[in-house]
Order: sequence, then C-alpha cells, then structure tokens
Amino acid sequence: MADAVDAHLVADHLHLWRGQRHVLRGLYVEARAGEFIHLKGANGTGKTSLLRTLAGFLWPEEGEIRWCGQPVGQDRDGYAVAMAYLGHENALKGDLTALENLHYATNLRHATPQSAQRAVLERLGVAAQADLPTRVLSAGQKRRVAMARVLLSRATLWLLDEPFTNLDTQGVTDLAALVAEHTRQGGIALVTSHAAIALAEGQVRELVLA
Amino acid sequence: MILATTAPLRAAGLVLRRDLALAFRRWEQVTHPVVFFLMVATLFPLALNPKPSLLADVAAGVVWVSALLSSMLALETLYRADVEDGTLEQLTLTGQPLALLLLAKTVAHWILSGLPLVLAAPVVAIAFGADAAANAVLMTAIALGTAVLSLIGSVGAALTLGSRRGSVLLSLLVLPLIMPVLIFGARATALAMHGESAEGPLWLLGALLILALTLTPFASAAAVRISLE
Amino acid sequence: MGTWTWFHKLSSPPHCYRIAGQLIPWFAIPAALLIVAGIYGGLVRAPADYQQGDAFRIIYVHAPAAWLSLMCYTVMAVAAAVGLVWRIKLAHALAAATAPIGASFALLCLATGSIWGKPMWGTWWTWDARLTSQLILLFLYLGYQALRSAYDDIGKADRASAVLAIVGVVNVPIIHFSVNWWNSLHQGSTVLRRGGPAMPASMLVPLILCFFGFTFLYAALACVRVRAEVLRRERNAHWLQDLAGRRGRTESAT
Repeated sequence: MADAVDAHLVADHLHLWRGQRHVLRGLYVEARAGEFIHLKGANGTGKTSLLRTLAGFLWPEEGEIRWCGQPVGQDRDGYAVAMAYLGHENALKGDLTALENLHYATNLRHATPQSAQRAVLERLGVAAQADLPTRVLSAGQKRRVAMARVLLSRATLWLLDEPFTNLDTQGVTDLAALVAEHTRQGGIALVTSHAAIALAEGQVRELVLA
Repeated sequence: MILATTAPLRAAGLVLRRDLALAFRRWEQVTHPVVFFLMVATLFPLALNPKPSLLADVAAGVVWVSALLSSMLALETLYRADVEDGTLEQLTLTGQPLALLLLAKTVAHWILSGLPLVLAAPVVAIAFGADAAANAVLMTAIALGTAVLSLIGSVGAALTLGSRRGSVLLSLLVLPLIMPVLIFGARATALAMHGESAEGPLWLLGALLILALTLTPFASAAAVRISLE
Repeated sequence: MGTWTWFHKLSSPPHCYRIAGQLIPWFAIPAALLIVAGIYGGLVRAPADYQQGDAFRIIYVHAPAAWLSLMCYTVMAVAAAVGLVWRIKLAHALAAATAPIGASFALLCLATGSIWGKPMWGTWWTWDARLTSQLILLFLYLGYQALRSAYDDIGKADRASAVLAIVGVVNVPIIHFSVNWWNSLHQGSTVLRRGGPAMPASMLVPLILCFFGFTFLYAALACVRVRAEVLRRERNAHWLQDLAGRRGRTESAT
C-alpha cells in the first residue's frame, strides 16, 4: 500500500442511465483512507450499478470519478491496479484448484509466492480445500476463495458486492473484521450488504441509496 | 502510483497457460471441432458423387469449407465460460493491456481448435484423392487461415457476448468477414494440388494474418469492455 | 472551444431533431429533380448502346445504387467511430439510420444487376466479381443489422455494432480485392465493360445526374430516419413530451 496515505476516492455527481432507467441521479460519494463504507438500499436502488461504475465497467452519462485527485479515465490501468473488485460471480474456474485459481489471478498483477496464497486461504478458513477443484466446494467456501483473491491483490480500494452471500455467521463476522483491518491500515472499502455489519460503533459509515 | 509489477508478456503467458490447462482437463471438448470437421467433409461425397475425378476437383474447397465451419463452431466457447463465471471481468481489472491478454486467449483458442484441424486436413485431402505432395502447402494455408479466423472471430465472439442470441448470430457476423481467407486459402490449396506454385496466395494469407494480428486485439478489447457494461 | 460548443449543441437531441427536419426539403427536392432529369435523359434521350441495345439503360439505377451501398457503409463506419470515440449518441443514431438504407441500395444493385444479366448473359446470376462483392457487402449489412437487433439496450447495441462496422469497413477493400483476384483466375474478363473508353455525353450526363440525385436521396432519407431514431431513443424525454403536447394543443385548436 505504497500511497495509502493519499488514498482518496470521489464519485462526483454521477448520473447513470440503464436503458430507460435513471439509476444514479447526481450521486456524490467521497471516501478517504481508512473508511469502511456500507452501501445500503432496497433492491434496484443502484448499489451494484454504483460499484460497477466505480470499478470502471459502466460509464456515467455525467459526472466523473477521481482517484487521488485524478479522473480515473486518464490512467485506467493504474487505477485498476489500486482497486480490487468482488462481483456477484466469484471469478473461479471450477476445474482449477483453489490455489491454481489464486495463482493465475494474482500473478497477473504481481508475483505472489504460493506460501502467501496458502496463508491467506488459511486465514479465511479454507486451507483444507486449497488443492481441491473449486467446483466441489460449497457456495460459502467459494466465496471465501474469491475473497482470498481480494486480500492478495495488494489493492488499496476494495469494492465488494455482497461479499457475505452464502457465508455462515462466523464467516460474516470474520470477513467484516478482515475488511475493517484493511481500512485501519489505510485502505478504503465500499461494501454492499443487505445484512447489518456487526462491528463496533464508528468503524463503519453507512450510506443509504434510495 | 502503483503499477502491475508482472510484465505484460508474462501476464499474457499466464493467460495462455491457464486456458490450455483448463482445456486439458476437459479434453473431450477439444476433440469436438475435429470430429465435426471430419463429419462435414464426409457429407460431400454423399451429397455429390463418389467419382474420384469429381472429388479430386472439389477437394480443396471441401477441406476449406469444412475447416472454416468447424472453427466457427468452436468460436462460441472462446469467451462464454469466462463471462459466466466472472473471470472475464477480472481480466479487465488486472492493470495489464487487455488487448494483449485477449490475444493470449485467442492464441490458446487457436492451439485448441485450429491446430488439430491443421493435422486433420491432410487426412481429408488424401481421402478425396488429392496428391500427398500438396500437404505441406495445405497445412500451412490451413494454419494461417484458421489463425486469421480465430482473430476475427474473437472480435465477433466478444461482440455477441452481451446479446440475446449466440451461435447463429456469431456466424452471420464473422462469415462475410472471412471470405477473403477462404478465397486465398482454397486457391493456394488448389494450386498445390495441381502441382503449381502456391506462393502468391500463401503470401496474401500471411499478409491477412499480420493485419489481423495488429488490429483485431484492440477491437476485441473494445468489444469485451462493451459487453461488460 | 467555439466549434465544440456548436458541435455539442448540434448533437443535442431536440436540436438535431429540428435541424434534420428543416434539412429534409433541401435534400429531397434536388433529389427528385435530379433523378427525374437523369432517368428521363437515360431512358428517353440517350441512344441505345450499339452492343447491349436498350438493356444497358438499367445502369442509370444500377450504378448509383452500387455507389451508394458503398458510400453508406463508409458513412456508417465513420459515424460509428465518431460515436464510439467521443461517445456522441447522435453519431450512433446516424449509423443506425444509414444501415438499412445502405442495405436497400445493395439489394437494389443486386436486383438490377441480375435483371440486366438475364438478357446479357442469359442467366439471372453469374459469379461476376462485382456482383459477388456486392453480395458480400449485403451480407455485411445483414450481419450489422442482426447484431443491432440482438441487443435490448440501445446504448450497447450502438457501441457493439460500431465496433463491427469499423472492422467491416477495414475489410471491405480486402474483400473487394480478394474477389477480383479470385474472379480473374476463374473467368475471363466480364462482359460488362462499363462505359468503355468513350461514353458519349448523352449517355454520361444522365448517369452523373442520377449519381447526384441518388446521393441527395440518401441524405433526405437519412434525415427522416435520424429523426425517427431520435424519437425512439428519447421517447421519455421532457422536450419530446413538450413537443407532443404543443402539437396536441394546436391540433385540438384547429
């Protein structure tokens, strides 16, 4: 996290249309280093659209996204490296083992020793499944492996879309603690979740989309 | 500013290796295009007439039409699985040049769908009574031609990702674009089978390949980004 | 910046809708005059060809249609590229409006070519180089239309088909070259030596009139279709509801 101190994300008055629907209407979000933002809102209020816009998949009709003061369109690859995105899909190949999946996903960004990959799987409680093809894992275990990819990404900005899906109660608590640890070290996390995030008062900022 | 520390070429190598590793775990899928190729080629003597002189006349055309149809069939699988499991969107977020990563995927796809055809083509040609001396030209031409098809097809496959109808639509987009490949490839093969020099059309195929290599990865990258919107 | 403001003002949907509407007569009237004059000159005044007799007269529709089918593809690809690079929706609307016009001209060119072929070659279709490239061009248009209609979202349809149009326009000269090359190897030179070395002015002038007339016809049709595209894309916009409301009031008043 080389420039975690300066980490600063601004979504400046975003207007986004999906077909005939005006999903984001002049939304302004600002996130500074150390912030854990919980995005809430009923179905269809644009939580996923907002995350996908911040991840650079969707182009807002108006407004811009700035990372550390620079519009992200100017240095797309630099921004991509500073960001980790966890979507609805886990981005795992069922025929590859958990470790192989992590190997291909993280080494595309930077060389990562296998010991580091095993350590992260261990932390997420799926060390025993490291050498199994991910297609035999349970839905919750797959989600954990996908989260391991985010942890190994060395990204400052985490965009997590419903990361708690399919996790058991303990898993939810552990993952929330991991994200909180990331933000304490100067990272930024934007997390959508329908469930409440069980963390001490003041650690999480709630943002409700309507 | 942090940049991806993996060199782009190494990243491309990883993508290539991943796709090959995946294919070898589903080996039967790799054999489908070849089997399809052999079956289509078998249709011609049944539909036309098994007279050796006639078959030798149409051999070059039959090999080429069958090869193009079968690699067209395989194109559908190029990005589909990666879109469904979310790996394609992760590929766009690695900070690596997307065009290069997609080129690596296309090369892997060609190794799995084009290369087997290169090996199977002489079998069909000989079964049609073509001179075995033409095999070197035939294999070179099929190798170049299927490579161009994979590159152009990669754009088409990426363009149809976000749409409703898949396979037939893809053929409608790609077939008109690859007619030059068919013209030069079949001509080179026919010339070689008649014992003439096929150098001219082979160079033209090579030129098409270079053009496709330089342009289509960028079009594919644009198309993939559009499909993820 | 002046040009940019002008450009953006022009590309705003209400503005474009109005301007396209105002332009229609400026294109449609010259188109009608030129085509009537050209067809009259070609069918009535021009002498019969000494080899082809009266059959050659179909050239007054065939050749302009061939020219426009190519021009439309180029216009479409350029508009698509502009729309893709600068994210201008109006450019995409122009590309969408042009495609069916170009496809129609390609079809018209094939049909007239085939009608001409019957008395000349004794067959409705021969694999002549020009006809074959024209057929592939028609296929390119059909692929473009198929891709467009496969998307529900207009924005995605615009951008995806734009990529296809650009890839296609790079391919058009290659297809043309390859088909000519293929044809020259398989057949002797074609019967149709268009015009020959010296076409008398009485034949040439009507042809030129028809070329310009058809081009103006395209421009007029494009304006009409761009207006329709704008309406389709903006059907929920306020300016359109205002416009419809005003129209409704004037109509009930009269």
